[in-house]
Amino acid sequence: MSTTAVPPTTASEGTHPAAWDGFVAGPWVDAVDVRDFIQRNYTPYAGDASFLAGPTPRTTGIWDKLSAMFPAEREKGVYDVDATTPSTITSHAPGYISEGDEVIVGLQTDAPLKRAIMPNGGYRMVASSLQTYGYEPDPVVEEIFTKYRKTHNDGVFDVYPPAVRAARSSHIITGLPDAYGRGRIIGDYRRVALYGVDALIAAKKLEKAELDMERSVEDVIRDREELAEQLRALSELKAMAASYGYDISAPATNGREAVQWLYFGYLAAVKEQNGAAMSLGRTSTFLDIYLQRDLEAGRLTEEQAQEIIDDFVIKLRIVRFLRTPEYDALFSGDPTWVTESIGGMGEDGRPLVTRTSFRYLQTLYNLGPAPEPNMTVFWSDRLPQGFKDFCAQVSIDTSAVQYESDDLIRDSWGDDAAIACCVSPMRVGKQMQFFGARVNVAKALLYAINGGRDEVSGKQVAPLTAPVEGEFLDYDDVMAKFDATLEWLAQTYVDALNCVHFMHDKYAYERIEMALHDREILRTMACGIAGLSVVADSLSAIKYAKVRALRTADGLVTEYQIEGDFPTYGNDDERADEIAVWIVNEFMSKIRKFPTYRNALHTQSVLTITSNVVYGKATGSTPDGRRAGEPFAPGANPMNGRDSHGMLASALSVAKLPYSEAQDGISLTSSIVPSGLGRTREEQVTNLVGLLDAYTLSNGYHMNVNVLNRETLLDAMEHPENYPQLTIRVSGYAVNFVRLTREQQLDVLSRTFHGAV
Amino acid sequence: MTVVTDRPTGAPVVPLGMPLVGGAHGRTHGAGTAGLETTDEERSQRLADVRAGRLGSVHSWELVTAVDGPGTRMTLFLAGCPLRCLYCHNPDTMEMRRGTDVSAEEILGRVSRYRGVFKATGGGLTISGGEPLMQPAYVRTLLRGAKAMGVHTAIDTSGFLGAACTDEMLDDVDLVLLDVKSGDPETYQRVTGRELAPTLTFGRRVAERGDTEIWIRFVLVPGLTDDEENVAKVADYVASLGHAVTRVEVLPFHQMGRDKWADLGMEYELEDTQPPSPELVERVRGQFRERGLTVF
Repeated sequence: MSTTAVPPTTASEGTHPAAWDGFVAGPWVDAVDVRDFIQRNYTPYAGDASFLAGPTPRTTGIWDKLSAMFPAEREKGVYDVDATTPSTITSHAPGYISEGDEVIVGLQTDAPLKRAIMPNGGYRMVASSLQTYGYEPDPVVEEIFTKYRKTHNDGVFDVYPPAVRAARSSHIITGLPDAYGRGRIIGDYRRVALYGVDALIAAKKLEKAELDMERSVEDVIRDREELAEQLRALSELKAMAASYGYDISAPATNGREAVQWLYFGYLAAVKEQNGAAMSLGRTSTFLDIYLQRDLEAGRLTEEQAQEIIDDFVIKLRIVRFLRTPEYDALFSGDPTWVTESIGGMGEDGRPLVTRTSFRYLQTLYNLGPAPEPNMTVFWSDRLPQGFKDFCAQVSIDTSAVQYESDDLIRDSWGDDAAIACCVSPMRVGKQMQFFGARVNVAKALLYAINGGRDEVSGKQVAPLTAPVEGEFLDYDDVMAKFDATLEWLAQTYVDALNCVHFMHDKYAYERIEMALHDREILRTMACGIAGLSVVADSLSAIKYAKVRALRTADGLVTEYQIEGDFPTYGNDDERADEIAVWIVNEFMSKIRKFPTYRNALHTQSVLTITSNVVYGKATGSTPDGRRAGEPFAPGANPMNGRDSHGMLASALSVAKLPYSEAQDGISLTSSIVPSGLGRTREEQVTNLVGLLDAYTLSNGYHMNVNVLNRETLLDAMEHPENYPQLTIRVSGYAVNFVRLTREQQLDVLSRTFHGAV
Repeated sequence: MTVVTDRPTGAPVVPLGMPLVGGAHGRTHGAGTAGLETTDEERSQRLADVRAGRLGSVHSWELVTAVDGPGTRMTLFLAGCPLRCLYCHNPDTMEMRRGTDVSAEEILGRVSRYRGVFKATGGGLTISGGEPLMQPAYVRTLLRGAKAMGVHTAIDTSGFLGAACTDEMLDDVDLVLLDVKSGDPETYQRVTGRELAPTLTFGRRVAERGDTEIWIRFVLVPGLTDDEENVAKVADYVASLGHAVTRVEVLPFHQMGRDKWADLGMEYELEDTQPPSPELVERVRGQFRERGLTVF
């Protein structure tokens, strides 16, 4: 880990800026080390939620003003677009929701909900998005990005080998960030508040000076260029803040400034990058130090503290990107994954829960439920009871919270890690990932059966091998063929990702986000799989029942007939669960065989987001009895309706998947009807806390909790206008239910609702 | 799982407008004994094992929360029941021969696996059915084994076979979920085909122990058990049991079990019966509440 010395920000050696008055000094004073600052200065809060304040009339007024704009946005798909100005940190004039009335300021463009174009990722995506929503692409922009300025998308397609192209177009490798921003990088936006931008610039200059001493070989040159870009971005960050009337060259001096400084850092990132997930990090306990200092000094009331957080969250809720409808079909509901990681336990055993952890969750009451920011609680059975109860209560009331195992994350990544996107953990400012979307392992199984031919198109996609023979599928035979197919898939997949990320670094480098990282960071190559439960059940059917292969005239197996019973994944039944575990282990070990771009650490996720519907659509019938085109289960979930021994039994099957072999996260979504948690509200809270404890103690990694009645969802499908804020959780993030496609809504409804948990 | 060719996709849809009560609806039993090792023994050995309580006939198991007792519980549904309740929503548990032989050791292995879950949630083991007291030796073994592990235990019973439950067995029971299906002996006979008295006797016996908690369950079926007099008799009886009774659950009748009767080729008398209205449910709950009971 690399920490770099920060030059003293005041003239005399040993004195600290006034902004740090009252803070306990430590190594963080001499080098960028936000974690050390937090550990020495935060005040754990072990009480309950009774101290929280409601929204001020000002907050409600701002939120109402925005809410009035949402129906038009939902109707048209976008509220407004600036089609002519490629977005940079400083491209747009300051924008306001209600100038003079905002506690925290800053918008991506000069008006709320007005989206910007970011053509560095790929021009075609921009042009087709504009056309979809009725905007004329600007000819000058088009000329620049088709004639003079190469994009990330152009670069990737210059270097994709044919095997990758074939795998990509047959949907066995899907969702690659080759035409859109990869995202899943979390700048340590807290650094802006704690140190001020000038100190960060000075530190980066030192890093660059270190590199200047090294020989100019390829990776050193690349690092130098990246640092130069980072320095430029930091200057632009200052200029952008100045346009709003703020000088952020020095550290923030109070709670409101700390939030504002931090938000400017984040805002710069979302002005520049249309990343698939633009997560915030782990900010609540950091900010609490500032708010607590103001409260103790009598400079701030609880109402004011909450108002600052409410206004900040309002800004995070209206982050917008211009994307195509196809993109939204894959990642439903126009998500931005402004994920904020809350709570958890410190390495020293103190809970990292503060009053501001509560204040973040309180925004779900003050502003009503919403999918963004993606509220993510790091759950441990050792968290203070008051916080556990409040989280459970918020889940029951809003369904807007997801949970990740604090113990698993802390063991691997320490106590200053945060989630990017849905389930991907990373040490803030010290680690980033190369987002790899996922491969369709269910399709891989079908390729294995069909000798490498695609079951939908009949095309030879994987290398030609012998297809299965005979009437019934033989377990050992299928397993051997599947193993070989996975080997090919892993190799092709890593190949694709290396191409994607080489070009992303080259043509769409995340300057400001990386400026808020250490120079030397850990990069992970985040591979992923979809269709886990389909394959587990299919292999179980082949092993424990008899599966007859039905062939078309030209010998392609396209349908299956099952005779007899077989155990299914999701019932805490070892026979089926061990197959699921095998798939995860096996694919991970194959991925690890292939070298990665920038020597990234190989990881894997079991996560689909809502694309389980799209993957299912592109996949033929499978030996588990799933028909062609039917959705997969989301993430690591068992197949709908086959997990019949209760929600926890289902969750315990998922908890068997080893985190060490899926370090990018394992996603589980559970839906419960409120009465399934208990007779009274207290009982419901107690039981949900108990379930989360039981799941995480059983090594469960992640759980989305929806507490909803099916009839609410049905009514919302019929009358979306009555449910503008109805939020549900799907595979790692939350969405506005009414913004899902009808197909996705039906998929959500068809999932197992645990009436009795 | 069993594959049916025209399997509808997804979970069953809960009919709209039905008053939803935890455990009262959607409670079709789990997918049988998946995850449990089943046995296939010689007949004589089997009988010996059954008599010794080493082997029992199991319908299914499930991990549930907020029903069948406090916290998250492993509910074990045994096969076989002496009653023939008209509204039974699990008629496939009526006959022991439809169950699967599972050893007590196998069940206790699973209970052991869930000790952490029980501890975290304040849950435990609930033995339900069918009627657990149809297999007293097996139940005794399971209760003893669970208690030896420090696991909270409950039995879900109609009390009709209460005589088969020895005091020694009750020593290993923390909670009795007692189904009092009617207060009027004739109604009870009509609903279940059996006598009411043994249930009342069993309930009193448990209440007198002083250290065994009781939850009362009463299934409200319009036109069958909803008569004010009938409910009053149940409520009077429950009130007479004193502080051992810590809650009463009025479970509204539902039609989720209807298809099972048809699948089993059994005649279902309540084909046209509707679930009770929210008003009726409230009236009946009120009758219990009037007597100072905690009612859900």
